[in-house]
Amino acid sequence: MQRRTFLQGSLAGGAVAVAVGAGLLSPQSVLAAWPEGAFTAKNVQDAMSGIFGSADSTVSDDIKIKAPDIAENGAVVPVSISTKIGGTSKIAIIAEKNGAPLAASFSLSKGTKGFVSTRIKMGKTSDVIAIVEAGGKRYSARKNVKVTIGGCGG
Amino acid sequence: MAKSIRIRAKAKGDSTTVKALITHPMETGQRKNKKTGEKIPAHFIQEVTCKHNGASVMTAQWGPAVSKNPYVSVVLSGAKTGDAIELSWVDNKGGKDSTSTTVK
Repeated sequence: MQRRTFLQGSLAGGAVAVAVGAGLLSPQSVLAAWPEGAFTAKNVQDAMSGIFGSADSTVSDDIKIKAPDIAENGAVVPVSISTKIGGTSKIAIIAEKNGAPLAASFSLSKGTKGFVSTRIKMGKTSDVIAIVEAGGKRYSARKNVKVTIGGCGG
Repeated sequence: MAKSIRIRAKAKGDSTTVKALITHPMETGQRKNKKTGEKIPAHFIQEVTCKHNGASVMTAQWGPAVSKNPYVSVVLSGAKTGDAIELSWVDNKGGKDSTSTTVK
């Protein structure tokens, strides 16, 4: 438990620097440089703004998240996201209650189908949010994953 | 050192599934060494690129929340048997690796 509080303390300290960085990142430059602001953002809105340039999204049934209902080990949570939305250019995976919610962002070109799969760490039970960007619009879906052993502290 | 990536690309109909396993510690920078109490510095992959016949089809940006020894999979459309698939990664310490395979 002590480690938990220590973690949160150190995270809060970094937040100020992050806020500055996030404001300077323009969405177009994201591809070229690793968007540190988005990956260190403390909440879903900031993470989305950092990676997509906007925190708005529409809930869509065309996005499917495949993830376990109960993850026994939060250090390895397999997540697959597939979308039927045409022209998908970007898929982001966000674990809502992680210290830094944004886990991964995939930029897809025309030669791909709207599918990505990876494994992420989750600190505690929360929703996994998938954000899909297609044709300049953002769509989202979420799925709750129960974590019995957290995977962020190690 | 192309030993860190294991990759497979398999065509089925008009879609090709590329699966890759990368060996990497993916340290978040938040864990502590239990004996010394010192923080283990962050060491994680920041960018993964997948190329099909030399053209980039997928660029992933990862945070430390991607699991240790990451797995990544994407589905390509329009790739044929024998096409070249290349996967590369770069981590936050400047380490990198790449490997290539052909679609089976």
